[in-house]
Amino acid sequence: MTKIRSWARPDSMSLVFVLLGAIILLFIFAPIIKTVVSSSPGVLWNNLLEGDVYYSILLTVYAALVSTVIGLFLGVPLAYLLARRRFRGKRFLEGLIDVPIVIPHSAGGVALLFVFGSNFLAGRAFGSIGISFFNTVAGVVIAMMFVSIPFLIDSSREGFKSVDVRLEKVARTLGASPWRSFFRVSLPLAWRSIFAGSVMMWARGTSEFGAVLILAYYVPFLGQYVRVAPVLVADRFNSFGLDYARPVTALVILISLVVFIVMRTIAYRGEKA
Amino acid sequence: MIAIKNLKVNLGNFLLQNINLEIQSGEYFIILGPTGAGKSVLLEAIAGLFPILEGVGWIGGREGTRRAPEKRKIGIVYQDYALFPHLSVEENIAFGLKMRKYPKRELKAKVEAMAEVAGVSHLLGRRPATLSGGERQRTALARALVTEPEVLLLDEPLSALDPAAREQMQSALKELHRRVKVTIIHVTHDFEEAVALGHRVAVLHDGSIAQVGSPEEILRHPGSEFVAHFALSRNIFTGRVGEAEDGCAVIDIGGTKLKAVTDLTGEVRLSLRPEDIIISPEPVRSTARNCLQGVVSDVAHRGAVIYITITVPPDFICLITRQSFEELELRKEVKVWITFKASAVHVF
Repeated sequence: MTKIRSWARPDSMSLVFVLLGAIILLFIFAPIIKTVVSSSPGVLWNNLLEGDVYYSILLTVYAALVSTVIGLFLGVPLAYLLARRRFRGKRFLEGLIDVPIVIPHSAGGVALLFVFGSNFLAGRAFGSIGISFFNTVAGVVIAMMFVSIPFLIDSSREGFKSVDVRLEKVARTLGASPWRSFFRVSLPLAWRSIFAGSVMMWARGTSEFGAVLILAYYVPFLGQYVRVAPVLVADRFNSFGLDYARPVTALVILISLVVFIVMRTIAYRGEKA
Repeated sequence: MIAIKNLKVNLGNFLLQNINLEIQSGEYFIILGPTGAGKSVLLEAIAGLFPILEGVGWIGGREGTRRAPEKRKIGIVYQDYALFPHLSVEENIAFGLKMRKYPKRELKAKVEAMAEVAGVSHLLGRRPATLSGGERQRTALARALVTEPEVLLLDEPLSALDPAAREQMQSALKELHRRVKVTIIHVTHDFEEAVALGHRVAVLHDGSIAQVGSPEEILRHPGSEFVAHFALSRNIFTGRVGEAEDGCAVIDIGGTKLKAVTDLTGEVRLSLRPEDIIISPEPVRSTARNCLQGVVSDVAHRGAVIYITITVPPDFICLITRQSFEELELRKEVKVWITFKASAVHVF
């Protein structure tokens, strides 16, 4: 089908808005593109092979993935309840879930330490089964989870809200238990939003700096002592300056971008096909 | 049989209460009420899908007030059909059988047989989004009926259809009920629909049941403003289609013969709008096929218009203006003639 284009005569407001939009787009993309293209592919490749960088990226990707999987298991049921039930204080609770987004992440890290440190409630409970969170991979995981789970819960909740509740009711009359109605009807229909939320959560987890810095700065991972990529970038810059930080920065941006774009493409595939 | 005693449901801004109903097995039962009267919620409460405050329910002689919806042997069809959008027509129909662990080998044959009955065999591979309103409706019916429920709940099943499809679906429902022998509870705001389909009708008004009875009983002794308004605005008769005459069907309504245009045969209902009837002191020669003599038996003033009841028998309600009323010097006991066209008689 041929698309019919019509050109409205641009009025002054549209012109100004396009100009302002162009400025903000440039502001976002100029640094990203400049960083990525300023190192040659060869330099990037050699940089990746460097143990420090390689393990750092691996840890970042892995820990964010683990936190997202735990987030799915614990967050999706809550999202469903928020979408379906009416109860007092629901608005307040929904606001509370978004708190990790608004507080400084370093403060979040300190707060986590107060609960998950070996001398405190949850820390002691987990300690008794041999899991400690201070300077461990588990610490990286919970730091990432704390700051990124709101994205998954919010997106999943909206996904469930968009599923007509009567579809679940019909499923019940057709003999489905609440469990089966959830897994056969609600979950498949909200899947796109849940997946998109997972991608957001994972991406936000990989980019976490503040909370990880406090809770798990250097962690033992695959026989090495490793920092997550955002921490590595900051350290390189602080210790050796801009030139030395650039290749690893470019790598981290590239990898995040590629994964993010691929995942979003999967999430939105088939929509409005 | 389904029995409901003292049901009370909270609808947020008002209560549905003192709901008492007894519905016989195999009955086509209508719950009639204006939009927003809580009809759909009542239906969901019967299905166990809406929490109730008080009340007891029996299904087939066993108490089932707290029984889970999936254990009630019910099927439901919603106004917008609520088909599973991620499943094909075939998978939609098969859903209930799969949930009830129907043997896999027989499942396909059963789904195909049901699709045949519902007239959706040619659509099995399609997704609901690609179907027309009528096709969705038939798919939803097939999905509900394939599990052989004891009770079929219909929530305004015809109101989303265009008039032609509605009429067709109305007779399809009638035919279906005759064949499947399932108890149907059908919720509607449409009086014509209630009269056309229901064995008995419960009128829901102000959050409780105002009246229960056969369509004729309800029309003759309307217990609510809503029904009264309708009763005044329609003449409804039951009759039998006899031999055709001059291309018109002749319908016998308790001794009086009316001419109408219809393809239906046997036992039928017919309706006639009061404003389509002409009253005259003498018989008039005209193109209208129906001309009957009767006696004015009641006069009801309604502002600028007047409803005159003329007993032929049966009673015909006619609508005239105050001016005609005065010109014709109509009073009780006066003999008059009524005239209306065969095409003004709506047969269903």
